[in-house]
Amino acid sequence: MAWETVIGLEVHVQLATKSKLFSGSATAFGAEPNTQANIFDLALPGTLPVLNGEAVRMAVKFGLAIGAHIGRKSVFDRKNYFYPDLPKGFQTSQLDYPIVGKGSLLITLDDGSTRTIGVTRAHLEEDAGKSLHELFPNDTGIDLNRAGTPLLEIVSEPELRSAKEAVAYLKKLHSLILYLGISDGDMSQGSMRCDANVSVRRQGDSKFGTRTEIKNINSFRFVEKAILIEARRQIDIIEDGGRIIQETRLYDPDRNETRSMRSKEVANDYRYFPEPDLLPVVVDESFIAAVKATLPELPDIKSKRFQSQYGLSNYDAEVLSADRATADFFEAVLKDCDDAKLSANWVMGDLQSVLNKAELDISHSPVSASALAGLISRIKDNTISGKIAKTVFEAMVNGEGSADAIITSQGLKQVTDSGAIEKLIDGIIAANPKQVEQYRSGQEKVFAFFVGQVMKESKGKANPAQVNDILLNKLKK
Amino acid sequence: MATEKMNDALKQGVADLARSLARKDFTSVELTSAYLDRINRHNPDLNAYVTVTGEQALAQAAAADKARAGGTALPYAGIPFAHKDIFCTSGVRTACGSRMLDNFISPYDATVVEKMNKAGMVMLGKTNMDEFAMGSSTETSWYGPTLNPWNRALVPGGSSGGSASAVAAHLCPAATATDTGGSIRQPASFCGLTGIKPTYGRVSRWGMIAFASSLDQAGVLTRSAEDAAILMQMMSGFDPKDSTSVDLPVPDYLATLDQPLKGLRIGLPKQHFAQGLNPEVEKQIRAALTEFEKQGATLKEISLDNSHLSVSAYYVIAPAEASANLSRYDGVRFGYRCDKPADLEDMYKRSRAEGFGAEVKRRIMVGTYALSAGYYDAYYIKAQKVRRLIKDDFERAFREVDVIMGPTSPHTAFPLGSKTKDPVTMYLEDIYTIAVNLAGLPGLSVPAGMVNGLPVGLQIVGRDFSEAQLLNLAHRFQQATDWHTRTPGVEGSN
Repeated sequence: MAWETVIGLEVHVQLATKSKLFSGSATAFGAEPNTQANIFDLALPGTLPVLNGEAVRMAVKFGLAIGAHIGRKSVFDRKNYFYPDLPKGFQTSQLDYPIVGKGSLLITLDDGSTRTIGVTRAHLEEDAGKSLHELFPNDTGIDLNRAGTPLLEIVSEPELRSAKEAVAYLKKLHSLILYLGISDGDMSQGSMRCDANVSVRRQGDSKFGTRTEIKNINSFRFVEKAILIEARRQIDIIEDGGRIIQETRLYDPDRNETRSMRSKEVANDYRYFPEPDLLPVVVDESFIAAVKATLPELPDIKSKRFQSQYGLSNYDAEVLSADRATADFFEAVLKDCDDAKLSANWVMGDLQSVLNKAELDISHSPVSASALAGLISRIKDNTISGKIAKTVFEAMVNGEGSADAIITSQGLKQVTDSGAIEKLIDGIIAANPKQVEQYRSGQEKVFAFFVGQVMKESKGKANPAQVNDILLNKLKK
Repeated sequence: MATEKMNDALKQGVADLARSLARKDFTSVELTSAYLDRINRHNPDLNAYVTVTGEQALAQAAAADKARAGGTALPYAGIPFAHKDIFCTSGVRTACGSRMLDNFISPYDATVVEKMNKAGMVMLGKTNMDEFAMGSSTETSWYGPTLNPWNRALVPGGSSGGSASAVAAHLCPAATATDTGGSIRQPASFCGLTGIKPTYGRVSRWGMIAFASSLDQAGVLTRSAEDAAILMQMMSGFDPKDSTSVDLPVPDYLATLDQPLKGLRIGLPKQHFAQGLNPEVEKQIRAALTEFEKQGATLKEISLDNSHLSVSAYYVIAPAEASANLSRYDGVRFGYRCDKPADLEDMYKRSRAEGFGAEVKRRIMVGTYALSAGYYDAYYIKAQKVRRLIKDDFERAFREVDVIMGPTSPHTAFPLGSKTKDPVTMYLEDIYTIAVNLAGLPGLSVPAGMVNGLPVGLQIVGRDFSEAQLLNLAHRFQQATDWHTRTPGVEGSN
């Protein structure tokens, strides 16, 4: 019996505002505990929230980027529960009237196919602080630096059908928020956190199965693994005649399993009601137009342009446009060398593998865009072959200078003088009469031997195309 | 001689004191000392103040005297007053009538406090109140009840009973107060004072400890409308720190105090002159209304159709908001924490059980219940709908009349302990005042008669931001009557 997994994701994105959602405290990561918590963040009696306009602007920016309806009048609500890292005893969030309504996200799967995934809504809310259990032997410390940091919670429709689709969605979301500059998107620091709602049903069923929610998964890889293992768990239970309980579960990456959280937390009644200390957030057309004007070219549009303007394949265009810095780098290279295919290959291939190995962001690339364009130009004008170019690139990565400097100093200039190549070939033909005989008697694969000999003699510098032509001519005689 | 001079000074209100200080009849330090002395003698009995800040007051007074000598004093510099203990005062305990905050020294000033400080006013201390402003008699305070100086067997009203008692007993010339359902107007009525609750949003709530955020509003208790005008001028205005404060200019309240009343249309809600109103109180109110007629106003009976629902709606909305507002008192960061908590849950439960009094706990439970899954629509949403209807009633009325008048309270001050056993009887105390908070309108209570030696208050309700008009009406009334000058006796209690 075939099973289908149904997944909806709730993603919390920490917005990159300078100050908190409702107070003037700074939001920088890693400060000394409680140095970024003012009297409001501590929830002292008498303090009141004041909404950070920048957070609203960022949320609207996101909404416009996914083609969503922007809530003209959104409302903050109090979500009530007691926890030591929640100073007010309620989280200020948005329930019925979120700032961002229905939108969608186009995802690309590994086979190149695309799917549109519905985004139900996105709303603003404040983050909680942190409990520190390690610092004190018998007590728990509370760090309120993070308390009140603005979050955008982005909720997808239950339209994802595999762990791979979930990861593709998450990656697309990640790409988008970086494009928009509304978050640093750093999952390891919790700037982007994911909860996954997972259920399974038999292929063809129209009704959803009972879902579980896996909380706080903090990497793309874990999202995939957690969904796979949870779906497997659910299928096993149903196939054994059991039933799925709707509950919140935690993913344990060390044991690769999901575990039920205490049922008490699941049974929370949050008693939402409108936050009386804040007025509804009214967003008018002129505000929306102003935010729209600040939108960068978004990945989907950029990808289409890369295909039409530069003739890139769908795959190349998708890969290059997924990251704004990479796309910008590519276009900078292209501008200087005027060869889209070579620029794409080098940025996605050799450069990317160097960056991956060194764990570097493209903005910290050891080879600048213009330097890479310099190298590509030498391939284009036949100064060096693609093979030699790899040697030159390696030297560039090691900081040995520009492509031209390296080619000159190491004498790597390609031999394109046909007279010189002819002379070389004549010598080789003369020295290998046996192989010439074999070739002329129909063993054409011996041709490769001659090419190898020429390249060896020329230390790889002979122009391969010319070598082919001249060799063919000479051997036929 | 000196004593006589200062006895006279203690009778003066804010406006008179400003003139006396300007004339250098006495210094602010002399005045402040006289008040501190009087507080020292009478407060142990009345329990109007929970904290007296003598040293700080004398320092502020000396600074005002110095400024006055140097010619740089602001008009009301050096005038003593008291803050209700709901306003956060930097470096001074701000307990809000609760054991929960008995150890809370605020690190910051409320906006109202900051404004009074800037004006050079001298804070004598902090006044007693019902715990977290939840009550109508100042009997729910952790610091014990405040007594009514007119008759010490009676309550001063609440929740601003400490402020009312202090002003009535001349333990200060004026005091700040707050009103969520009648907490300024009802004590004003019981103690023979002028008390104004401005329009919601007129005065910043920053630093004013929240009871019910959508209803709470700061105001003053004084012995004249003129004094109220002076202090409202000082306190009002937009505050970027309070998102619900309204960005409208503050009119010059003193400038319009004397405007004639000719042509004024006064609405009398029939529901406020119905069963339940003490006939003697009604007689006094009717008599007071004729004074307005004499000055050219006309009276018209109106109907506030949904006013019978106001107390019920209020006792869903206010506790619902309070249940969340009071969640921060959890023993984690400040305030009361129980002794030797076994674990987190034990700390929460015992800190709150021991730190809050019975009425506060009752309202937290009512509010929590009203917001619970399955009850939210039936209670909270329904109450919000009723609130809208009540606001509509007033809007309809204000198409026919300019202001609405009636009794502030159905009766005069009641005996201590007489309503503490039955919360609902206590809740009905605010039957005429509570709808005004639900509608966000300004309301004022002015002394308008006496019944058996006890003051009776007339409530005046106006349109949004009509504070100037309310003060004008009260002032004109006070120019023609002397009810506001009646006091329990400064000399007598000396």
